[in-house]
Amino acid sequence: MVDIVSFDKVSKSYDGRAYVVRDLDLSIAQGEFLTLLGPSGSGKTTTLMMLAGFEVPTSGEIYLDGKPLSRRPPHERDIGMVFQNYALFPHLSVAENLAFPLEVRHRPRAEIRQRVEAALEMVRLPQVGARKPAQLSGGQQQRVALARALVFEPRLVLMDEPLGALDKQLRDHMQYEIRALHDRLGVTVVYVTHDQSEALTMSNRIAVFAGGRVRQLAAPDVLYETPSDLFVATFVGESNVFAGTVAARDDTVARVALADGTAMAATAMDAGAAGAAAAVVVRPEKLLLGPLAETCENRFTGQVADVVYHGDHLRVRLAAFGRDDIIGRMPTGGPALPAIGASLAFGFDRAAARAYDPAHGAG
Amino acid sequence: MGGAELSAAASGAGAGGAVVPPAGPGRNLVRDHARAERRRRLQAIGLVAPLFLFLLFSFVGPIADMLRRSVYDMDLAGVWPRTAAAMHAWDGNGLPPDSAFAALGADIRASAEAGRVAVAAQRLNYPISGGRSLVMNMARRVEADDFKPPADWRAAFLDADPAWGSAETWSAIRRASGPVTDYFLLNALDLHKDAAGHISRAPDGIFLSILWRTFSISGVVTLFALLLGYPLAYVMTHSSGRVAAVLTLFVLLPFWTSLLVRTAAWIVLLQDQGIINKALMAIGLIDHPVRLMFNRVGVVIAMVHVLLPFMVLPLAAVMRGIRPETVRAARSLGAHPWTAFRRIYVPQTMPGVGAGVLLVFISAIGYYITPALVGGADDQMLSYFIAFYTNETVNWGLAAALAVVLLAATAVLAAIYARVVASRGGLVT
Repeated sequence: MVDIVSFDKVSKSYDGRAYVVRDLDLSIAQGEFLTLLGPSGSGKTTTLMMLAGFEVPTSGEIYLDGKPLSRRPPHERDIGMVFQNYALFPHLSVAENLAFPLEVRHRPRAEIRQRVEAALEMVRLPQVGARKPAQLSGGQQQRVALARALVFEPRLVLMDEPLGALDKQLRDHMQYEIRALHDRLGVTVVYVTHDQSEALTMSNRIAVFAGGRVRQLAAPDVLYETPSDLFVATFVGESNVFAGTVAARDDTVARVALADGTAMAATAMDAGAAGAAAAVVVRPEKLLLGPLAETCENRFTGQVADVVYHGDHLRVRLAAFGRDDIIGRMPTGGPALPAIGASLAFGFDRAAARAYDPAHGAG
Repeated sequence: MGGAELSAAASGAGAGGAVVPPAGPGRNLVRDHARAERRRRLQAIGLVAPLFLFLLFSFVGPIADMLRRSVYDMDLAGVWPRTAAAMHAWDGNGLPPDSAFAALGADIRASAEAGRVAVAAQRLNYPISGGRSLVMNMARRVEADDFKPPADWRAAFLDADPAWGSAETWSAIRRASGPVTDYFLLNALDLHKDAAGHISRAPDGIFLSILWRTFSISGVVTLFALLLGYPLAYVMTHSSGRVAAVLTLFVLLPFWTSLLVRTAAWIVLLQDQGIINKALMAIGLIDHPVRLMFNRVGVVIAMVHVLLPFMVLPLAAVMRGIRPETVRAARSLGAHPWTAFRRIYVPQTMPGVGAGVLLVFISAIGYYITPALVGGADDQMLSYFIAFYTNETVNWGLAAALAVVLLAATAVLAAIYARVVASRGGLVT
């Protein structure tokens, strides 16, 4: 894979005191869909704005196709951008919005017309060209914004939380549509979101941002299955976190004792040596319940605190180890619904549990 | 919007009436609905009525009276009723019959005795040069103690002044005999009607040039207000809270001072020994005072200052509503910053530009105090002449006619503006 963009030790500070982005090294491969994921204030949007040219790095350099970008103004970067609130031009019709990037590039009129039509076709809105943006629904406006960012065939498209203003159903639908467009056009996409499920659905790779740094850069499955620290583990996907102390550890296995004396074995990640604090993380779907727990390496018993029916699965909340927020999942259609207050066995394998250093948990 | 809602409600009620069988609860529903609607409407009328009445008395009434005065003309007919009747009976060709001379003679005598002949004399002085003395001389004759009503009034008039034998004189009397006249309106547009009824340009008309002067001063003032106000409004809306607050304060400050005080302040600044001339001389740019007052320069400077808030405030209101991402988007799409400003930002401010330009221009064409105090004789605008004819010569018909011209110009501008705004589909906030 060829890198189209690379960040080289890029830092950004707005006030000269605190870093918003710190020592960022990041390479974006030609044709990939890279998502910058993180909570607000983690530096992901600033990173995108530096790439677009609306912010200037305080130090470091960004390269596009191997050439430094710092001195190139936004309009000479040839990067398409989709904004959070679409940023369509309200005084121009949809067709005029799409023609704008081609007009400022002085393309011939016939070519502009033909490409605008093709772009509207591409986002499946062939009949709205004459309308003003305000006459379109939110989802339609979003598609027009997408078409406008793609119509001049930039090699790189930036999207800043483009689906944030849409309702859930439309958002899910647009996720697939954007992904399909990406697959079809082969354009490189850098996508910013704080929604981890959106990131997992759409991306080739995800860069998890926290505190101005990239905590982990990996494919969605790798990120979900083997988060590299406690922050990533808790930010991406749902997790049970058991806080305790390392009783013993070798290269691969850490034995962790909880405050109430319960011991559990987990895959050692960045957890410290014996005596150090540790957090064991288990995904709810890896926490097995009832008879399924019998074969697990770590086996416990708890009381059912709550059962919520989710259609395809049951979400069971358990009380154990002096707390009542342990979440497990159970397929529906099983023998019987667990009764609230009843005892229920639960457990997980060592491979499904990871022990982390809790110091790396905060954003 | 309101109309659409109302009609939708009305059609809804109609459909309900058609569907519900005309018995029992159906009829009750229709009746209750009608009653509720009536109550709602009465409430709305009750809330609007005080303002409506106030506007009727303070705004609609005076304007209607002014419009009436520009065409209603009873000065002569009120004083000389017999003459007016004779003039209405006359066909207007050549000279009137003897009976008309007799009626006028009797009227002049009666009005002279009643002390009201000057009103009619004044009215005839507008269309006839020397009309006043023509009438007053005749009045002195018929008022004399030894005067006996002659058998032949025509001869008596011609004996007094040969002008009484002119068709022009009688045509002017006929046209002044009311109750409706186009004389003032024609006069306000520098037109006059000859004895044969043909309308032509009056050779000594001044009002068209004053109208042109009014429009050109207003146009220049509006242009400068836009050139100064647009960047100011831009900085006001796009700078940080503190700077924006200070700038807004400076823009609003003139609103809190009386117009007269502000204009007087300009006199202090602009006069030959004023601060500006002294400062320019002190730094050696000029060696004797530049004339900044009692000419067009002073009028434009003072009016731009006074009217600037009317440009800045609507502009700033519209600019505040523009999403800054649209300009960013334009730049990311390949537009040079200047292109993005020109093609994306400026068009979005057009409703504000339209509102500001119109507000300033309409305010400017009605300006009176500032040109009167800061301007010279050649810088007086239409309002000055309206005031002049109202207060100095008491020719209310002409003052009203000039006011009608001003009102018509304003109405045309407002209609153009409404059309421009509507065609853009934008709204002024």
